[in-house]
Amino acid sequence: MSNITDPKITAIRALIVKHKRWDQVFAIIGLLSMMVGVVTLIALFIDLLIDGSGRLTWQFFTSFPSRHADQAGILSSWVGTILVMLVTALSGVPLGIAAGIYLEEYASRNWITDLIEINVTNLAGVPSIIYGLLALGLFVYQFDFGESVLTAGLTLGLLILPVVIVGTREAIRSIPSSIREGAYAVGATKWQTIRDHVLPYSTAGIMTGVIIGMARAIGETAPIITIGALTFIAFLPPSPVTSQFPFLSFDWLMAPFTVLPIQMFSWVSRPQVAFLDNAAAAGVVIIVMTLAMNALAIVIRYRFRKRIKW
Amino acid sequence: MNQKPSRFAYQARRHLPERIIQGILFLAAFSAVAVTIAIMVILVYESLGFFTHVSIFDFLTDTQWTPLFSDKHFGVLPLVTGTLVVATVALSIAIPLGTIIAIYLSEFAPHRVRETVKPFLELLEGVPTVVYGYFALLFVTPLLQTFIPDLPGFNMLGAGIVMGIMIIPYVSSVSEDAMRAVPMHIREGSYAMGATRFQTATRVVTPAATSGIVAAYILGISRAIGETMVVAVAAGSQPNLTLNPMEGAATITAYIVQVSLGDLPHGSLEYQSIFAVGLVLLLMTLLFNVLGHLLRKRFREVY
Repeated sequence: MSNITDPKITAIRALIVKHKRWDQVFAIIGLLSMMVGVVTLIALFIDLLIDGSGRLTWQFFTSFPSRHADQAGILSSWVGTILVMLVTALSGVPLGIAAGIYLEEYASRNWITDLIEINVTNLAGVPSIIYGLLALGLFVYQFDFGESVLTAGLTLGLLILPVVIVGTREAIRSIPSSIREGAYAVGATKWQTIRDHVLPYSTAGIMTGVIIGMARAIGETAPIITIGALTFIAFLPPSPVTSQFPFLSFDWLMAPFTVLPIQMFSWVSRPQVAFLDNAAAAGVVIIVMTLAMNALAIVIRYRFRKRIKW
Repeated sequence: MNQKPSRFAYQARRHLPERIIQGILFLAAFSAVAVTIAIMVILVYESLGFFTHVSIFDFLTDTQWTPLFSDKHFGVLPLVTGTLVVATVALSIAIPLGTIIAIYLSEFAPHRVRETVKPFLELLEGVPTVVYGYFALLFVTPLLQTFIPDLPGFNMLGAGIVMGIMIIPYVSSVSEDAMRAVPMHIREGSYAMGATRFQTATRVVTPAATSGIVAAYILGISRAIGETMVVAVAAGSQPNLTLNPMEGAATITAYIVQVSLGDLPHGSLEYQSIFAVGLVLLLMTLLFNVLGHLLRKRFREVY
């Protein structure tokens, strides 16, 4: 077989081998590049844990902020975070889901729809601090809500609106039209079809969007600083449940507050080193919360993809 | 005669709630437009108040930004350069790494690797920015100081590097989408000519996906410009007209945070100044966002 040893063929083979070496080199470079991200994530978490682990005691969760670093805690900020998230969830989530349903199921191709869609994509790219300026001008001074839980919750509600809308649309879009046609065929109206079929089947997908949006809202700091939220809050907002009729109170909506990322920021900007450990501990709490929510969203999406085959 | 209820009456009863629901859903969707309008109105309104005291010419050409001093200067340039320097550092990290990761994930990675590593990258995006600020100030900057001994504690380099790592997933996921949109037969054509994977990736797939990849970069720029907490914590709060990332300087966002932390009286010039710089920031990000989306749309329509 002369052509195996043909010098031309060998030269070409050598050339291919040489070029294929680049495949391996690049595969390694690619893996290393991804490792930069993964290693940073791990380094960041370990750094926070090392600095903050000494402060992560029960006392840290049950104390108010204090001038003395070793007595300071995050009681007012985690309560504040929960209350603000409640307002965000009640305002941004229904609005976002409703908008997503409209755009996916009702909207006809016309300029109003185009306008809405352009605005949704645009809002997703607006820096979060701009939402803070909007809230400062609109909620704090025009509507006179002040620097309250309500203002912060509504601000973050608007902030997560594009995330929820996009998540809802993607979830609804993945429902095949045969489902809708089946419902129409037995006489269901459009809304009945959506309520009884489209929404139940896309719940998992919508929840993914909602959870990612909420996780983003929990860690969001800039807009809350911009509305002028105080950083030293050594009291809790009034309780939503009271002992007198009607047993519910909404005074907490108007109460001054602080949230976890604000508390962390105020500790980072202190000159005393002891407060940095507090900041790290608060950082661990925030990061565990957001990562848990993100992980939950990833798991839901993964299982949802696996389970449902149309 | 026993009158049957008319079909039409029945339909009207059925259709009225439908219409109401559709109306409510439309209003919800329209809120996106309302929010945009509200943002523009608030920013422009407060900025107009600002520009009755400060001329636009001074605002754009003065080289000092000292609104909190007794000798007040309102030149936005130092804030803009600070913003752009940090963004440049961030992008010089995020663009090469993001592109390599995108090429790797789209053309090289086995399915298992992609499914394991991608969630990690997504988590990187989920970490709150204030935590990144802490990391930049207390981990990356001290680390850099071992190589560059006279690096100040607050500097744009550390903040930019951390911000760059933060936006890697953003750049890589949009670029990867663009590369995956390149149809298989184009790759197969390249392989049939005897090209290797690396050659196909760099000379066929990447050029075909260029507009999408550039869109990813531009969206990354817009993200870096608007990022707040990393720079507010780690880059310093002194407006500083410099192009040297080793120095500390305030960005637009850091200035807004700094003013907001103080007790700012409603209607004062300082209060209005944050809206004026906010408007500059919004216009800058808007420019990049529009450009990015146009390019992104283009790559979607090609195939």
